[in-house]
Order: sequence, then structure tokens, then C-alpha cells
Amino acid sequence: MKKENFLWSAVKTGLIFGAIAIFLCFVGMVEVFSKRDVIEKIITLGQFILLATMVYAGFVASRRTSSLLEKNMPVSNLAAGLLAGLFTGLILALLVIIGTQVNLRAIFLNASPPLYKLLTFDKGVGNVWILPTIGAVAGLIGAAYLLLPQILSRPITRSIFFVIFMALFSGLFRVIMINQGAGMSRAAKYIFGQTGVTSPGALIFFFGVILITIFWDFRGKAIQSGIASLPKGGQLSLRVIAIIVIVLIILLLPLASGPFIAQVIVTVALFVLMGLGLNITLGFAGLLDLGFVAFYAIGAYTVGLLTSYGPFGLQHIPFWVAVPIAVLVSMGAGFMLGLPVLGIRGDYLAIATLGFGEIVRLLAGSDFLAPFFGGPQGIIGIQKPCLGLLEPFVRVDVPRICNGIELGKPQDIYYIAVASALLIAFAAWRLRESRLGRAWMSIREDEDVAEALGVNLIQTKLLAYMLGAAMAGLGGAIFATLIGSIFATSMQLLVSINVVSLIIVGGMGSIPGVIVGAIALIGLPELLREISEFRYLLYGMTLIIMMITKPEGLWPSQATRRELHHTEVEAGVKV
Amino acid sequence: MRTSLGERLLDLAVSGVLWGFRILLVAGILIGTIATVRAGKYTSEQWIDFVVFGISQGSIYALIALGYTMVYGILRMINFAHGDIFMTGAFAGYFLATWLNGTGFIDNNPVLGLVIPILFAMIVAGGIAMLVERIAYRPLRGAPRLVPLISAIGASFFLEYAFRGFFGPGVYAYPPIKALEGEWNILSVGILKVQVVVAIAAFIMMAILYFIVMFTKVGKAMRAVSESKDTAALMGIDVNRIIVSTFALGAAMAGAAGVLYSLIYRQVGFLMGFTPGIKAFTAAVLGGIGNIPGAMVGGLVLGIFESVGPSLFLEGLGIPRPYQLKDAIAFTMLVMILLFRPSGILGERITTKKA
Amino acid sequence: MKRLFTMLSLFVVASMMLVACGGGATATQAPVMTEAPVVTEAPIVTEAPAAYECTDALGCVTIAPDEPVHIAYWGVLSGADASLGEDSKRGVEIAIDDMGGKVLDHDILLTTEDGGCTPEGGATAAAKLASDTSLVGLIGSSCSDETVGGIAAITNAGLTTISPSNTRPVLTDPARGPDYDGYARTAHSDAFQGKAVAEFAYNFLGVRKAATLHDGSAYAEALQQVFADNFVALGGEIVAQEAVAKDATDMKPVLTTISAAGPELLYYPVFVAVGGFVTAQIRDVAGLEDVKIIGSDGIFTADLLKGGGANTEGMYLSSPDFSAFTGDYAGFIEKHTAKYGGSTLSTFHAHAYDATNILFAALEKVAVVEADGTIYVPRQALREAIFATKDFKGVTGTLSCSPSGDCGAPVIAVYEIVNSDPASWNPASADAPNPKKVWP
Repeated sequence: MKKENFLWSAVKTGLIFGAIAIFLCFVGMVEVFSKRDVIEKIITLGQFILLATMVYAGFVASRRTSSLLEKNMPVSNLAAGLLAGLFTGLILALLVIIGTQVNLRAIFLNASPPLYKLLTFDKGVGNVWILPTIGAVAGLIGAAYLLLPQILSRPITRSIFFVIFMALFSGLFRVIMINQGAGMSRAAKYIFGQTGVTSPGALIFFFGVILITIFWDFRGKAIQSGIASLPKGGQLSLRVIAIIVIVLIILLLPLASGPFIAQVIVTVALFVLMGLGLNITLGFAGLLDLGFVAFYAIGAYTVGLLTSYGPFGLQHIPFWVAVPIAVLVSMGAGFMLGLPVLGIRGDYLAIATLGFGEIVRLLAGSDFLAPFFGGPQGIIGIQKPCLGLLEPFVRVDVPRICNGIELGKPQDIYYIAVASALLIAFAAWRLRESRLGRAWMSIREDEDVAEALGVNLIQTKLLAYMLGAAMAGLGGAIFATLIGSIFATSMQLLVSINVVSLIIVGGMGSIPGVIVGAIALIGLPELLREISEFRYLLYGMTLIIMMITKPEGLWPSQATRRELHHTEVEAGVKV
Repeated sequence: MRTSLGERLLDLAVSGVLWGFRILLVAGILIGTIATVRAGKYTSEQWIDFVVFGISQGSIYALIALGYTMVYGILRMINFAHGDIFMTGAFAGYFLATWLNGTGFIDNNPVLGLVIPILFAMIVAGGIAMLVERIAYRPLRGAPRLVPLISAIGASFFLEYAFRGFFGPGVYAYPPIKALEGEWNILSVGILKVQVVVAIAAFIMMAILYFIVMFTKVGKAMRAVSESKDTAALMGIDVNRIIVSTFALGAAMAGAAGVLYSLIYRQVGFLMGFTPGIKAFTAAVLGGIGNIPGAMVGGLVLGIFESVGPSLFLEGLGIPRPYQLKDAIAFTMLVMILLFRPSGILGERITTKKA
Repeated sequence: MKRLFTMLSLFVVASMMLVACGGGATATQAPVMTEAPVVTEAPIVTEAPAAYECTDALGCVTIAPDEPVHIAYWGVLSGADASLGEDSKRGVEIAIDDMGGKVLDHDILLTTEDGGCTPEGGATAAAKLASDTSLVGLIGSSCSDETVGGIAAITNAGLTTISPSNTRPVLTDPARGPDYDGYARTAHSDAFQGKAVAEFAYNFLGVRKAATLHDGSAYAEALQQVFADNFVALGGEIVAQEAVAKDATDMKPVLTTISAAGPELLYYPVFVAVGGFVTAQIRDVAGLEDVKIIGSDGIFTADLLKGGGANTEGMYLSSPDFSAFTGDYAGFIEKHTAKYGGSTLSTFHAHAYDATNILFAALEKVAVVEADGTIYVPRQALREAIFATKDFKGVTGTLSCSPSGDCGAPVIAVYEIVNSDPASWNPASADAPNPKKVWP
């Protein structure tokens, strides 16, 4: 088969990336992001994503060139990169030219004059030649990047990513640092601008990371072997110190950072709890449960009904008693759900459990069961946990007084949530190593063989559902207390989908993977609220990219990693 | 193999619960129905109305379900993004129809004014589906079941929010076809013209699809790949091309459904595909996954049950505001079918071996 | 990947440690409010010999001479109901423009947070706002759900928020609890809206049999119940009360059920999605061709005309009474058109405008300004000043705030849609209003 001309391939790459750039414009990202800076007064986030598209176009073209030509000809790579970037810019320029003549806005809302102004740097259509020029240069840089030796390219990549990271989270860091006092406040304003990093800040971060990377590259091995050669006692004490530091940070974090970060971490912890539960049902036992949010809802409603001082509260019992009851009730629900679906396998199980989840949500919010569950008005007035004794219940709508410390704020719930998450993570770890855990894994691999080997399918599956449900119920209980009210509209299918996604993105069957997945898919979007408009768009993209590039997850368990790479080898040449 | 007493009791409990469900359900339906009929709240005309609404809604579910069932039959994969393909077809049809409407074309040529947007929607939806397949599904052909599922979920979010970015979060009003306003009197029952047209159009499309699958070369190849990918490949079939064709065909059906749906319900918005997508998959499973006539039957059955159910038995059971639980009826039906007849009403037809 | 992750977390950890060590980490939380209110009528000092000492029970916001006065708007800015939040935000922005973009000689900085119209969204938005100690006051939220989720964080941080569009009755109930001490609103309570619609139906339209429909949202369910109770009290009969799910599209079965009960009027105080479908389909259902249809402020937007189509002509909508606005509403609309083009998106823009001005008025009253331009804003004093607002001449009326936070002038009117073309939507127009006020 004749190999295609590398230049032609570069042009095609440029056209594809040009389409991607137009997509970014039409979807509104370029316009919205230009309100945020990456480096204050130098480059906005909107400009950055277009630039990144062009650079990446050059990079991809360069890579294709290298694989098309067997020999190493740097000039060809650079030429390809230049072409690709040029064409990306040309497509954008074409958009501006056409857009100013034809009213594209009738169809694509964002193909508007403000967009064209942005693209031409506010200098009018005549200035449109800037775009292909920038594109060509950017493509060249992208191509050149491929040719750099690793020693140079790796630190540069890391530094750039780091600067972007700091720019995205600048709002957060800035507020936290300002709250700490005058000195920190001045430092904060020096390195962080209102929406991005300042130029001095960018330089500090960029070179800082480069220095650290170089330092680690040269001395890292030495340090590592130095630690490894320490006597056992020394290594142990190092580990202990590390653990103490981490524990201290976890304990002091809410005090330093205020209620917002605490709230986000609580949300992440709740999803970790649910993720650990689903990890047992799906990750260990291979039972695809898409109705997981039902157990979350049951835990939340149980706590709500038991502790609320509103009109639907039942017994007005304290939080610490209500939570174990909620966990047990969720367990029971897991049993009742598991019983009928024991015989269903594979994707059918997914749909059946999805159905169950939706049925629970519909019933909880319905007018039919409103006298019990509050209906659309939900359950409000959930009593906060009290470290101490609660005064007796007075009457409806009056909270009980706490003779002790009332854990009302997100920072307080933070401790409960994090402690629960760690506890459950530990329990999940022990379960995995236990006989039950191995029974689950045998079911996941092949049910019939497992049965033939003596595993009681019914018991094992039921236990998987029950324990998974219990963990989700615990999460729901804490959620109800955090928000202080429950509405059935919070218990959507979307939550179940989120939990499934996060354990797969984190690494199925892997406990650190659940934590990483929760931080990545739940924590980060919450922290990056400024770009919340495109949250789900990026979420969808991330899922697809993750599955294509790293299907075993971000922190996979050993077994999954072996399994997935084995499968790839087996599948042979990609279709 | 020895089974302990505990295990036997557990087995008993399971069968007991399953039987209990069956009995409860049948009893509930019977009691409710009898109570409603005795209360005599609705005239027979209104019952016919309920059924007609159900058929109209159900035929749209059926069209969407075809895509699910075909893809699942070949790839054993739940294409979560299929509902959103439906949405893209609706948008495409909307823009073309609005433009045509502006020139008065639709008022003068009602038939063409219906057919042309449908064709356009089919092309756009098919194209987008092929793109999605190429980017999000093809690289994952050999991967374990969950990986393409997550990718499909990602594709679903991506499509929804990309369209939100393009066209805004509000709703658009699909231009109505004047010739279709009003009712026809069929057998002394007044049925909305637009509902009749939608149902007929849906049936025609399904018939066309059935014809393609049963009687053309491409269709035969699809069925072969459905049976066994390896054997089909050995027989010289380009499996890749067939898979892409399957996606495209299913998507085209969904795109057409999008236009028909907008004709009845008027509102076109970026989230419009989410719920119909889930319902359509329910319909596909109901009728027997992988089975094309099954998808049609499943869609109709689901639509009719959803429409008739709340007033027929829920009201009779004394449940207030029964229409809030309409979806619950659909899902209960789904769960029951999965428990007691998982191969669906007409039986499933899927690859026996996942390649 | 693991390495990058470790490096990132190491950096975050390091910065956290720096932060904890630096400058004596002071708690940024206001102490739980005690019963004894501290009176801080600090007069505006222009030549203070010594720096101002903050003695306020909730602490003070310090604004340096070159820094802006920071207020925030929180509400629903994304999703299907975004027009509600966007509409109120515009009211805030116009108020800021009218102040010349400055208050007390400092620039005004307006930031926004999205609550997503859910309790969790409101809780997270509120937590973020509560962390920012540079905030002086808040306008928001849009949806009552957001307030339910977030108000505790806001009150505990010493902030006060004035909502332009929350209408749930319990939020300003005298027995609402200490979590709501930082909450006031310029919008009406639905207790008034439901009553007004009942009176309109019974007295003006003369119907005696009504049916209601809600979409499962707390707003709709509460409002239709208020209507039902008042209608029955007047002597009417409620023949059917039905509900659908929020994402339902096929309304004909439920409308058939309603039709079987024989109502003369259908009241559906729902949101745009369901409202559009019901209006579009109601005339196709046998028996409902002539029933009167009424909606509420949830669908008082041009989007209803898009979704409902030709059937919206002749439909009634309840809403705050624009013509009862004693202030210069026409002038406000002029400014709105000049700045944004097109007509208003929803119903509470003027309320947001008034809320912002109430906030600024209270700010000007209690702020302590030093000679060099530094401003100190005592939080408790600001809160009390807001609640003490009396006879404030706003656009929506002469406003006085009750101790439980009701600042609005609740005059509800019923409008009739005269033209179903979405482009003709202009309720504030003087000569061709669409919809047009018909009662009282």
C-alpha cells in the first residue's frame, strides 16, 4: 500500500483541528473563557485553548510524519507542523470571513460579532491574516516539541501544565491566602491576579517546576536509594512522620481554608463512600448496578425522617443513633433489591437496577406517599449532630437545643465525612482480602465456574448488594445532615451514573482508585465553578478520552491492569 | 453438591419473593382495573383517546428503540448516546423546517414539508452517529463491556452539552404544519391528524427498515454479523463497514423520530433526548433485544401502558395524582419482564458469542 | 500520571502548610449569633486620630483604599431556568450602573455564583461565598430551593442576602429559625399569589369548578394548594388535583383525566417545560376546548409562547403587578432596553434592582470611612440596617422590611396573553403590552 504524502497528511490534520477550533468557538468556550485570564494582561483562557489547538495540530502532524517516513528528517516534521498549524488558522480565518458576511447567528448562537472581534484581536476583518500566521508558528512549535529530547520536553510540559493549573485555581488559592493575614495577602496579590496568575507569578511557577523537575531527575534516584538503604527502623519512622503530616493536614484543612473547601471535600467524601459501596457490588462482584442512588436516597430519607424537627419527623432521635439505623435500613433495601434480580445477568441487570432506582425516586417524591416522605416539599429541618446531649423535643419546627458542641457547619461535617470515608475504605480493603472478597471476584469472572467451585451464588451476591447499599446509605445519611433537607429531585439517575463513572475512571476494584476518581470527577468540577457552564461537556470528553487512552483507570488495581493489557494484546490489530 | 439448610431456605425465599411479586402485580392490576371500570369515570371515547395517545407516543419510542436494538444485537453494547442522536435529528429538522416555513414552502406543500425535514434529520443524525462511532466506540471494540459503556455515557454528555453550547439552553418551537391541524373522524372517533400522520410515518419507516434488514444484501450481512462476527468475516463480509452501517441506519431512524416527535410536542431542546432514550431502551428490552419487530412491539406496548395505565389501574387503587408515577409503571413493567421473561415479548436475537 | 499527581498534591500540601503557618490563622467564621444584639451606630468618622476598632459582633469587612466594594449575586445561571437568574442579575447590574459603578468612592465589584436551582447547588454556592471575607452583601438566590440549602452558611458567615425572586412562604415566616437571620427578600410570598388567583377566578371569571396541575416541584405544589384552599374558602369546588413529572412531555392522558372531572378552569403554576407542553396540548383534549387556563410567574416569560404556541392566546398569567410599581418602572425598562436590547427575560428584574439599592442604602448608612479611604463595614450593623429599611422608595413600591425579612410590596395582578408570537412579548410596553393586565 502506497504511503501517503506526509505533507498531505499534515494538511488533513490541519483541517481536522480547524474543525475542532470552530467547534470550540461555536460551543461558546472561546468567548466565555476569554473572560478568564491565564496570565493576566497577556493571554486569556479563550486565546489559550485556540493556541493549544494549533500547537497540538502541529504536534500530531509531526508525529504522523515521523511514522510515515521511516527515516528521521527533522525538516519534514517541522514543515508538517507548520502546514498543520497554518491550515488550522486558515479555517478559523475562513470562519471570520464568512461569519461577517452571512448571519450564522440564526443557527449557531455564538457565531456573533463579539466572537469575531475576539478572533481578530478587535482589529477588524482585514486583520484576519493574523490567524494563519499564529497558526503556522504554533504548529511549528508543536512539531519542534516532538523533536526535543525528553530531558527538555518533560520539564517544560510539566511546568506549563502547572501554570495552567495554578491559573485555573487562582481564585481559590487567592481567597484562602488573603484570609490568612497581611503578609500572605500581599503575596497572594503578587502571584495571583483576579482571574489568573500574574506575569511574575507565572514566571515563578514555570521556573520553579522546571527547577524541581531537574533537581528530581538528577538527585531523585539518589534520594530514593538513600531512603531504601536506611535501616528498617529509619524507614519506619519516615513513614510514620509522613502519616502524621498527612493526618495533621487533614485535621487542620477546614480551619485554614473556610467552609467552601470543606463543603467540596465533604461532597467528594460522600461520593467516595458511594464509590466504595459500588466498588464492592460492581468492582469486586461484577454486578452492574445503575440504580445505586436509591440506597443513597434511602439512607438520607431514613436519617431525615428520624431526626427532623419538621412536620415529617418521626422519632426525633439524635444523629448518632439515626445513622446506624439508616445503614441497617439501606442494607435491608439492598437485600430486597438483590433478591429479585439474582438471576439477571450483565446488561439486563444494569437496566433492571436502573429501573429500581428510578422507581424509588418517583415514589419518594410522589404525592401518593407525600404523607410519609414529604412529597415535593421534601423533608426539611434535619437536626444537626450534637456532641453532647440533646434537649428534649419541644414542638414542630423548633430545633432541639444541643448541650455540647453542635456540629452544624460544613467544616464540622467534614470531620464526620472524612472519618467515615477512611473507615469504610479500610473495611473495604479488609473485605477484598477476605474469603468473601475472593468469592466476589470469582463471581465477577465467571458465575458458572464459581458455582461449580462451591461458591454460594445467592449468599455472595446478596452480601455484595447489602454491603454496597450499606455504604451508600451511610453516604446518604451524612448528605442529609449536611444540607439539612432532602428533596427527591436530588436523587437522580445522574448520581448513579456519576458513581459508576468515577469508579471506572479511578480504576475499578481499586480502593485508592475510588478516591482519585471522586476527586477528579466530582471535586475538580466543584472547585472550578467558574467554568461550570461547560462542566458536563468537559466531563463527557474526559470520559471518552479516559476510556480510549487509559481504560484501566487512573489508579488501577494490579488485576485490572493485567486484565486490560492482556485483552488488548489478544484483540490483536485494532479494527 | 451438598446444600445446607440455610442455603435451601434462601433458595425458597428467593422463589417466594418472585412469586409474591407476580401475584401482587397481577392482583394490583386486576383490582385497580375493576375499581376504575366500576367507578365509570371515563367514557369509552376517552378510553379510546388514551389508547390512541399511547400508540402515537409508542410509535416514536419504537423508532428510537430500533437503533438501540440493532446496535445491541451486533455489538452487545448499550448505546447511551442514542437518545441524544434523536435530539440532533430534531434540531436538524427544526432548522430546515423553520427556514422552509419562512418561505411559505410548508404551507403550500405539506407532504414535502414533512418529508424533507425528515430526510435531512436522518442524514444529519446518521452522520453524527458515524462520527461518534468512529471516535468513541471503534477504538474500544475489544474492551470489556464496561469500557464502551462509559465511553457511551461520555458521548451522551458531550452531545447534549455541545448542542447546548451551540444553540442555547432554551427551547425552540418546531413550526407546525397547518394542514395537519385538527382532527379526523375515524370510525366515529375523533383522532388528531398529526397523531395519525406520525403513527403512519413511523410504521412506514419501520417497514422500510425491516425490508432493508430482511431482503437486501446489506441487511443480510447485518444479520450475519449479528449471529457471529468471526464467521461473517470469514465469509468475506467487511465487518467494520457493516457495523458503521448499522449505527447509521439506527441513527437515521432516531433522527426521523426526532422530527416526528417535534411535530407533536413542538418543543426542541438540548435535553429532550434523555428520557425518550431511556424509555426507548426499555421498549427494546421489552420487545426482545436484537429483534426488530420486537422493538416495534415493545415501543407500542410501552406507550399504551404508560398512557392507559395510570387511569386504568392506579386510579382504581386509590393512588392520588397517578400520572406522577407514569414512569414508575414503565420501569415496573421493565423489571417484571426482566425477571420473568428476560428474552422479551418476541424473544431476543443477539450474538451468541461476543467477539 | 501517578508522579504528576503526587507532585501536584505535594505542592498543594506545601502551600496549605505555608498558609497555616503564616500570619496566625484566624478563624474566618463568625461566632454563632447570640441573643443580645450589639448596637453599633458608628458615625462616619472623617478625621479619626486612631485607626477604627471593629467592635461588631459579627466582625467587619475591611476594604483598602484601592480595592473595590465586593458584592455577589447568586442564583440559577445555568440549566433550563437560567432565564430567571439572568433576569435578576440584570436588575442588579442596572442598579450598579445607576450608582455610577461606585459606592462610597470605591468601585463596585459584582461576582456571581451559580446555584443550579437545587438545594445542593445552593449549599455549595453559599459555602463558596461564605469563604470570601471580602464580600459585603449578597443578592440572591433565585430559586427557593437554593436558599433552603445555602442560607445557614451565609448567615453563619455574617453575610446578609436579599432575594429578588424566592417566593416560598416559609422563608420569611416569623418562626423560621435562626439560620434565616441573614435572609430578606423583595419578592412576594406565594401565600399572596395563590390567594389573588383564587379571587380572580371566583370573582372576575366567575368560575365555580376548578382543577389544578403541578409538576412535582415544591413551588408548584405549594402554590396550587394555596390556590385550592382559597378557592374552596370562597365557595368554589376543586374537581381535580393532578400532577405530572417534571420531564413529562405527553400531557394528553392527564388532561383527559382532568377533563373527565368537568372543570371550568385549569390552574397550572408550573415551570416552562411542563407549562409549554400543557398549553400546547390542552385544546386537543376532548372536553377542555373551552376551559380557562391560568399559569403563574414561573411561566411569565417569552419561552412559554415558544413552547405553547397558538394556544397561549387568551391564557392568563399571575405575576407581580408591574403597573402597581409606584416607582419609575418605565425608566427602568428604558435602561434595560438600552443595555441589553430585547425585552425582559422574567419577572423579578425590578425586585433585584430594589434589593441592590436597599443593600447599598444600608451600606452607606453603617459604613465607617476613614480619611485615607479605607472602609470598614460592620456586618451585624449592616444586617440590622437592611432589616430596618422603612419607606424605601423602590421601583416596585415603597418598601419596608418586616423583622422576618419580608421587604416586598406584594401586589399580584393577573395578565392575559394577547399575542402568541414570542417576538411580541413585552409586558412593560405602554401602548401594546403583551401580556396585558386584566385584573385588578
